[in-house]
Order: sequence, then structure tokens, then C-alpha cells
Amino acid sequence: MNAKDEIRNFLQEHVRSCKLEDSQDIFAEGLVSSMFVMQLVVMVEQKFGISVEGADLNRDHFRSIEAMAAFVTRKQSR
Amino acid sequence: MPSGRMTISSIGVVGAGVMGTGVALALAYTGHRVILLDVAQAALERVKVKLSEDVRTYAVLSGGRFGGMASDALTRIELHDDYEQLGGADFVIENTTEKWAVKEPVYRKLDAVCPPHVVLAVNTSAIPITRLANLTKRSAKVIGTHFMNPVPLMPTVEVIRGTHTSEQTLATTRKLLAQMGKDAIVVNDSPGFVTNRVMMLMINEAIILLQEGVSSAREIDLLFTRCFGHKMGPLETADLIGLDTVLYSLEVLRENLNDVKFEPCSLLRTLVNAGCHGRKSGEGFFAYPSNVVRRA
Repeated sequence: MNAKDEIRNFLQEHVRSCKLEDSQDIFAEGLVSSMFVMQLVVMVEQKFGISVEGADLNRDHFRSIEAMAAFVTRKQSR
Repeated sequence: MPSGRMTISSIGVVGAGVMGTGVALALAYTGHRVILLDVAQAALERVKVKLSEDVRTYAVLSGGRFGGMASDALTRIELHDDYEQLGGADFVIENTTEKWAVKEPVYRKLDAVCPPHVVLAVNTSAIPITRLANLTKRSAKVIGTHFMNPVPLMPTVEVIRGTHTSEQTLATTRKLLAQMGKDAIVVNDSPGFVTNRVMMLMINEAIILLQEGVSSAREIDLLFTRCFGHKMGPLETADLIGLDTVLYSLEVLRENLNDVKFEPCSLLRTLVNAGCHGRKSGEGFFAYPSNVVRRA
């Protein structure tokens, strides 16, 4: 399973929407509360073995499936 | 005395639960020295971990506002389990559990260790300020500050003027809140004040609807977020507040207003008894997998 699929599966369990689009902004559309972002940070750290610190702690990296997958790929390639 | 142009710089924060740690961080982010006190050793152990996790959360949620200040903020918070340490505080914010039996001895101790000019601010969502003030020899210096969760991000505080609260105490409190970048809305003392007199009834009724099978938790909340444009539904709000706190608040309202409409519903009691306290325990009306408290 690639990063996008894993993120989509996790989000799908938590968001209040039948089907999530990859580019859908989960915060702007009110699909999750803002506090949910910390669960996303912990999820990507645990699932993908990366560390999210300092400047990485930016909501833009967690806005959508697409944004999260791109962030994970960038971190893994470093 | 920290009044007029002087900055209120050293703040005692009593109780290191969800609200106490939130208040401590909000103060530390805005440059204050914080003496964070909790007599439960287990709470102090937990709070070290919680504070370092919370600074990460707020770095993300604040859109960069608290990002670079994270490590600095933690150095401004001292953890203690001894009331005597509060003797050097300019202002004290008390955040212990919403139960009279818990708060009563705390106010007697605070009155004994804090210099007479120090304001004691009660961070409560329901307990009458005047009743707590009367436990002390400084009732004019006791005021209510009902902070909202998550404290560092919420811009407004419901400030409660007790029967004896002086204008100077109100001015000092407004000044500290301004230093924290927060506005105050001042109301008179009454159980539950304005916010929770309404909010707790709404949450209780939403739980009753769930209990009766009228709708699911998700759909009850969706009606509020989608139809009314609320940021959060009543059940998710309850999870954020803490179901134990919701229960205690309803009990305080029931007792003080002597009105059965505040009777906590049985599903709420069952969840609290089962340790499902909402977001902080990982389970409530919704699941919060990263916060799950492991049970042996």
C-alpha cells in the first residue's frame, strides 16, 4: 500500500464524509476539528517512521491526502 | 503590588490537568514565568510529557505564531508540588477539579501562602466565585476566569465578578489577560455563569438523544456543524471539555440552582465510570486513537 492509500484509509475512519478526494482540505471544509491535526502528526510519524519537528509542524502539510503524502515522500527522501 | 504600568510577570497556576497545563502554556508563550503546582505526583510526571506534546500541537495549530517559541516556553514553566512555592507569585490561577470538596481546602491553603495583595483567579466553569471567595480573608481579591480549551488558541475569557470582587481586582485581571493577548467578557456571579448554564444543558440533552436512539453521535453533531454552522457539535465539545468535567459541572448546577433540568443523564455517568473521559482518555463519544490510555 502506498503512502496516499494508507493516509486515505486512516482519514476515512475519522472524517465525516462518505468519500474523500485527494485534494480536499479537511480543515477548511470542517471535516475534522483543528485538534485532530495532532493525531495526523502522530499517525505519519508512526506509520512512516519519520520525525515531525520544528518547521515541519505546519498545518499546510496536513491539509489533504495529497499534501500529507507529498510531505511524507519529501521527509523519506531526505 | 503589580498594578498600573507594572507587568504581572510571575504567575502561579494550581492544578496540572487539561486546563492548568493549557493556562500554563498560554502564559509561558506570552513571556510569563509560571509556577505550575499539582500535589499529585502522578500528575506532575504526566505533565512533563503532555507539555512537550502540546507545544507541538500548538506549533501546528497556531499557524506559526507559537512555532519558534516552543522550546523557550517550556523553560519558563517550573513544576512544583509544594504550595509554599506560590509565595513568590504576583497572581494565581486555580484550575483544580470542578468539585467543591476539592476546591475548598485549596483556597484555604492559597490564602495562607499567598501575600495579601495577590489576586486568586478561579478557573471554573460552574462553581460560584463568591462562595469560594468567602473561604478566604481576601474576598475582594477573588475573581472568576473561565478560560476556554484549548487555552493558548482561544482569544476570549469569561470573567466572573463575585459579589465582593473589587474594581482593582477586575482591572488587574484584565491587565493580565491583555498581556496574554486575550479579551475579557465580564459577567456577574451565578452557577455556570452564562456559557455553561446554557452549554451543559445542551450537551446533556444531546447525550439523552443519543441514549434514546433518536440519532447517532456523528449525526447529532453533524446537525449542529452543518445546519447551524457551529465549529463543533455538542458531543465532540463534551469530549474536548472532558466527560468527567461535564458531569461535575452538571452536578454543581443541579445542586446550586436546585433544578432537576440539570440532572446528568445515565449514559454520561456510565461513560465517566468506565473511564471514557473524552479526548484526554482516548475515548468518549468519538475515538481519539493517539490519546488512548492503556488499561492493564
